[in-house]
Amino acid sequence: MNLALIPLLPLLGAVIPSLFRNRSLNAIAAGVVAGLSLLLLLSQAPAVFSGEMPLASWSWIPAIGLNFAFRVSGFGFLFALLILVIGLLIILYARYYIAAQDPMGRFYTYLLLFMGSMLGIVLSENLILLMMFWELTSISSFLLIGFWSYRTDAREGARMALVITGGGGLAMIAGFILLGTIVGSFDLTTVLASKEILHAHHLYPVTLVLILLGAFTKSAQFPFQFWLPHAMAAPTPVSAYLHSATMVKAGVFLLALMFPVLSGSPLWFYIVTPIGLITLMFAAYMAMFKDDLKGLLAYSTVSHLGLITLLLGLGSPLAAFTAVFHILNHATFKAGLFMLAGIIDHETGTRDMKRLSGLWKYMPVTATLTMVGCAAMAGVPLFNGFLSKEMFLAETLQPNLFGGLSWIVPLGATLAAIFAVAYSIRMVHDVFFKEPFTDLPKKPHEPPHGMRLPAEILMTLCVLVGLFPMTLAAPLVQVAAGSILGEATPDYHIAIWHGLNMALALSVIALIGGALFYVQRLRLFDSDRWFGRYCDGKAHFEAFVSGLVHGGRTLTGAMENGSLQRYMALLVGAVVVLGASPFLGSSAPFLGSLGLSAVDPVTLIMGLVLIFCAVATAVNHRNRILAIIMLGTVGLLVSLAFIRFSAPDLALTQISVEVVTIILLMMALHLLPRTTPVESTPARRWRDIILSVAAGGGAAALMMAVLTRPYDTIAGYFLENSKPGGGGTNVVNVILVDFRGFDTMGEITVLVIAALVIYALLHNFDLKAPQTDMFGCLWTSDRFPMILAQITRPLLPLALLFAAYIFLRGHNEPGGGFIAGLIAASVLILQYVASGIVWTRPRLSVDNHVIMACGLIVAVLTGVGSWLVGYPFLTSTFTYLSWPLVGKFEVASAIAFDLGVFLAVVGSVMLILVKLGSMNSADAETVSPTAQKEKEEKRGTH
Amino acid sequence: MELLFCACLGVLIACGIYLMLRGRTFPVIMGLTLLGYAVNMFLFVSGRLKTNLPAVISPDQAQYTDPLPQALVLTAIVIGFAMVAFVVVLALRASGELGSDHVDGGEEKKS
Repeated sequence: MNLALIPLLPLLGAVIPSLFRNRSLNAIAAGVVAGLSLLLLLSQAPAVFSGEMPLASWSWIPAIGLNFAFRVSGFGFLFALLILVIGLLIILYARYYIAAQDPMGRFYTYLLLFMGSMLGIVLSENLILLMMFWELTSISSFLLIGFWSYRTDAREGARMALVITGGGGLAMIAGFILLGTIVGSFDLTTVLASKEILHAHHLYPVTLVLILLGAFTKSAQFPFQFWLPHAMAAPTPVSAYLHSATMVKAGVFLLALMFPVLSGSPLWFYIVTPIGLITLMFAAYMAMFKDDLKGLLAYSTVSHLGLITLLLGLGSPLAAFTAVFHILNHATFKAGLFMLAGIIDHETGTRDMKRLSGLWKYMPVTATLTMVGCAAMAGVPLFNGFLSKEMFLAETLQPNLFGGLSWIVPLGATLAAIFAVAYSIRMVHDVFFKEPFTDLPKKPHEPPHGMRLPAEILMTLCVLVGLFPMTLAAPLVQVAAGSILGEATPDYHIAIWHGLNMALALSVIALIGGALFYVQRLRLFDSDRWFGRYCDGKAHFEAFVSGLVHGGRTLTGAMENGSLQRYMALLVGAVVVLGASPFLGSSAPFLGSLGLSAVDPVTLIMGLVLIFCAVATAVNHRNRILAIIMLGTVGLLVSLAFIRFSAPDLALTQISVEVVTIILLMMALHLLPRTTPVESTPARRWRDIILSVAAGGGAAALMMAVLTRPYDTIAGYFLENSKPGGGGTNVVNVILVDFRGFDTMGEITVLVIAALVIYALLHNFDLKAPQTDMFGCLWTSDRFPMILAQITRPLLPLALLFAAYIFLRGHNEPGGGFIAGLIAASVLILQYVASGIVWTRPRLSVDNHVIMACGLIVAVLTGVGSWLVGYPFLTSTFTYLSWPLVGKFEVASAIAFDLGVFLAVVGSVMLILVKLGSMNSADAETVSPTAQKEKEEKRGTH
Repeated sequence: MELLFCACLGVLIACGIYLMLRGRTFPVIMGLTLLGYAVNMFLFVSGRLKTNLPAVISPDQAQYTDPLPQALVLTAIVIGFAMVAFVVVLALRASGELGSDHVDGGEEKKS
């Protein structure tokens, strides 16, 4: 658990600094959290230095190979140590740097979040876990870079960093998934030992490129280098932390981590080495001409990352060893230099080297520290940067895969070293010497000691490591490199003096050349003006992003113009295309082998009538009443089709639904325009006709293909068990109330909900019905014809009795709750239609809500009832009773359920139709009995 | 027989979709109703076309049609009614609130 706590402590403790108002308390809280994490890490040190690798693993989502697993390898230990130690120094530094008006607590919260994510990366044992932490660093660094969110450059820089590193992260995720799938495990230990499997696999190049993309974007390698200089809009503590020691190092960390499994192929060399070399040279060149202190340091950082990448690309064990050493050295001097740049900025009000000069007199300690850092950066002997840089130069001289062109590598490296010396000299000379400054926003002075302390510590380390490398750094580097290289780890003696050799000669050339370059730099400025303008990727990036946004808007605008008709057409078109596409390329016969059955004349005529009526509905849709009549005929023919093809239950349901549907449509039409205006252009109509014919033809063809093929059904089970298991002979009804009773319950619930929604939509809503019909005539005053009323009243009990009959026989013969409910509802509605709402409502005073609710409750209680006797929900039972007159009669518990269905159907259909019917404002006046009474009373008083 | 059934189905779908592509709510509702018939028939016919073989168990009958699609379609018909009713009311409410029965809530802009 202790192991997992190292990354988790900062992540979980991130909120703590935000709890305090006091700035010092904020810093102390953050420091305590980071410090605890550091102590936990150090407690692992003995094990790590004795060559073990502590592991802690919990299964998380085994199905995707995700374990919550951490490890402390030597390399991970080195990185975690850098993250925590430099993090602690940054916390101290930021206490002085962040201004009083900025939210200090939030800053530390972001910082701890970032710290935890970084620790997660370097200590993960599982690839998927590593990816998650990797993405977390992208997000938390976005928050940190954009900390001064009121500044445009901060927002832009943060966004760019997020897009580039996040995009690379996506590529890396794909790479990791490939890697894990090829190797068969996402556990790092297994993955790192599977070099042969991976290299033999045909997807190795893809995997390699994807993972490299992730690493290169994070480490700002060419051509993704441009985000890093723009991330300098962040507060300096963030730059010092993210862009020296941690975030940008995550990329090279990953390269080194994956070194054992990914490297060793020509492809690795041909990608990584040139990218590293180009980045190294290009960024070093750019750094010379940056007037902004932090810009110089940013390009210098990119250049050093290129150096590390180049070393890893060279691929020899000693090169990897040197890379690890340089990671350590660079983190030390670069974090310190960023802090010093921040101090200069903080105390003078500017970081523009054209305005800064002659500060030596005012801040001698800061100047000394800067000189130490720059010496280390330039690779001056006796400082730590010299050691790793000379080892690097020695490595570049080794023969490599470029063959006859191998000399390019040392040449490029030496050039970059010359540039590095030049920009290091510039940073010292321009800022602290030259003529006295003229226009500085503030009068410079030394910073408070607490602010300088972190830089002092780091610079002291630079010197000490430079002087005593074998004592101070070698054990750590040895154990870190050992965890990457295993048995191939070179037993290398780091020393200041290796004798007179080629590497030393190159170092000397770099130092002298760099000094000359600096002196001559003014001549080079002009060439830079051209080079610098076109080599900042920001403009290209912004153009690319705005192009994407513009393209997206155009596409959205073209597809989404607010017309539902167009969406519908696109939808139908897409369905037709997608539905047809699999058949177009297929060579299999479209129709199956079964023959067709013969057509009898009656069916043929009915089919033709159906076709005629359907077409007539579409053709006459402007004359809405005619269209409804045609539509009703279609519905009736559909119910005839059901009865023709052995589905009496469906026919009964369809015919009763048809009645209520047409009543519903007629009522709606009363409140809507009677005719449809001509709006569509002929072109639009032809487009729609083509679309709909394509859709209809496609569906018909598909159906033919289905019907001409033999089929297999699970109906046998239902047919066999309907009578013995469900106690009914009407299999359709038994399926509804017994086998699939739970489905039916869901369906009546939907019905009830729909009724309630309709009620809510119509509640307190008034729509004026027109006073005349479509020809302009007034409605007849005889609103409720007497004959109709007189016939329907005696019909009511008869029809209800019929509904009861249909209901009761439903279990054995066609019928049942649905059909009986629809019959009862339509006959009740008929009373409203014939006699009007004023007459009917007081006589049918039962609230439809109550009927509906009772239906649901009965259905649910029937289901619950079977629990009481120890059976699963909705288990049904049945028995036979002998009734007088009726004879032997079957009673099933399912009939109670069917009663629930009946009530729910009656209630909801009535609720919908009565509510809609009482909508008409002309009727509404006379609807309310109380209103009518009041009216009469008024009349009486007059 | 199958061919006739498929032809009816195709015509129903074509007419339904044509109406659904119209610009006013009422034709759209009628189109939806037609499409509902077609979909129900589509589901139903997946149990194949059988004549005089209702799925009511009786000793005189040796074969039965497939009852399962029928049970599914039966509830689908009722739910279809609920949906049509809902759309109708939505259309009414929309025309009341917006003063137009155009599906986009207003007359089409000529551009």
